[in-house]
Amino acid sequence: MKLPHFDYQAPVSLAEAVALLAAGDGSARPIAGGQSFLPVMAFRLAEPSLLVDLRNIPDLSGIEISDAWVRIGAMTRWRDLLDDARLAEALPLLPAAIDHVAHYQIRNRGTVGGSLAHADPAAEMPTLALTCEAEIDVVGAKGKRVVPASALFTGALSTSLEADEIIVAVRFPAWPRTRRWGFEEFSRRRGDFALAGVALCYDEDDKGRAKNVRIGAISVADTPIRLKAAEAALEGRAVDTAAIEAAQAAASGEVDPAADIHASARYRKSLVGTLLNRALVSASTRKAK
Amino acid sequence: MSVGFEVNGRAVNVNVTPRTTLADCLRHELKLTGTHVGCEHGVCGACTVIVNGDAVRSCLMLAVQAKGAKITTVEGLSMEEGLTPLQTAFKKHHALQCGFCTPGMLTTLHALLSEEPHASEDRIRDVISGNLCRCTGYVTIIEAALDARSSYQSGEGDKA
Ligand SMILES: Cc1cc2nc3c(=O)[nH]c(=O)nc-3n(C[C@H](O)[C@H](O)[C@H](O)COP(=O)(O)OP(=O)(O)OC[C@H]3O[C@@H](n4cnc5c(N)ncnc54)[C@H](O)[C@@H]3O)c2cc1C
Ligand code: FES
Ligand code: FES
Repeated sequence: MKLPHFDYQAPVSLAEAVALLAAGDGSARPIAGGQSFLPVMAFRLAEPSLLVDLRNIPDLSGIEISDAWVRIGAMTRWRDLLDDARLAEALPLLPAAIDHVAHYQIRNRGTVGGSLAHADPAAEMPTLALTCEAEIDVVGAKGKRVVPASALFTGALSTSLEADEIIVAVRFPAWPRTRRWGFEEFSRRRGDFALAGVALCYDEDDKGRAKNVRIGAISVADTPIRLKAAEAALEGRAVDTAAIEAAQAAASGEVDPAADIHASARYRKSLVGTLLNRALVSASTRKAK
Repeated sequence: MSVGFEVNGRAVNVNVTPRTTLADCLRHELKLTGTHVGCEHGVCGACTVIVNGDAVRSCLMLAVQAKGAKITTVEGLSMEEGLTPLQTAFKKHHALQCGFCTPGMLTTLHALLSEEPHASEDRIRDVISGNLCRCTGYVTIIEAALDARSSYQSGEGDKA
């Protein structure tokens, strides 16, 4: 389908972009890679009066790794993440999961900030941000603020961002080298959106028991969610077969997914448990560094 | 809006509305109808062109976003007479039937093999998973790509 009519500007500073969005009073929208928003407009889910292209604004892309954070600029593309070998050391969950995002050509344009703002519950990045307790740096007409991932996603394709707010970067707290992690998702074809997915990480105490267990799920609710019952089932326990099975049962029990043309609710409930089981097996058996 | 960019080595200037996709601009303004449009929302890959070295979906990019870019379409793969090694391999392995997906397959594989001349069969399969073909069953396309790899390894992938 052809796109609706809109005006287009590509400002060269963040301040200018914010001013354009603020003047648009909700009908002006930022555009990053366009890999979600062009289809959204083609389907007439949005008909903005003005598109504010972020591509000429300096310093919005790039990956910085420090002792405290892995900071990813909003305009960093999927392929930039996959090309950065440092991430496999610093935050291995990230590249493992991003490898499942979309197809080759889409990864050449789609961005991290666009994915967070698009807030698709079937997308990987929102669940990763929630699971890793990332913080999102935002700039708007009222100035800067930091939004924890847990406060960003308010519903399917909706966030707590104001219309004049632009995501500048997402910061993932740095990981201890010994942290264990797992990622599993299932889709009909590689690169398609997941029917369900699970991202997790935990540390081990000196007796080998799991602590700081964090489990996030994709495609089982309106927003990315944490699987709190499954986390509780593992916290303080050695991650053995019995613990993994308890977590699997807890996960299938606690989610209330919707049915759609791709999968029934019952199937998704069962799938999320199976994926959690697989992710925990791979997390607990991966050779420690 | 007036936008200038380079297509297949030629500088062009077009006047388009902001809503015009790069795919429509190439086809309707520049009459480069080799770029095919299937789904118009990013799913089929038929519209793939190469922008600054990267394979992208031209239905998911606005023409106004191409300002200053260097674009290669399927027409640009072999401007002189004759076919490139990849195109020759497509012909040899029957990697096309109706030909609708072919421009997208060629541009995608050309971008891939130019950047990763040693791409494995698995990598090629993974990359092509973003391009739909209703005719060939894909096997011959993979065979053609594997066959053409050696010419990219010797830096001859561009030669017609
Ligand atoms: C066929 C297909 C398959 C796909 N499969 C997957 C998949 O498996 N997993 C997945 O995660 N994604 C998938 N995607 C989506 C893709 O990853 C998008 O690139 C991504 O979701 C959005 O990034 P973008 O830069 O393209 O954002 P855009 O499309 O430019 O923007 C998306 C939204 O975010 C807003 N926005 C963009 N940048 C900012 C910013 N910095 N601050 C504030 N708001 C902003 C826009 O206004 C818009 O509302 C798929 C897309 C297609 C077409
Ligand atoms: S026409 Fe662009 S992906 Fe189908
Ligand atoms: S050859 Fe007909 S769609 Fe591929």
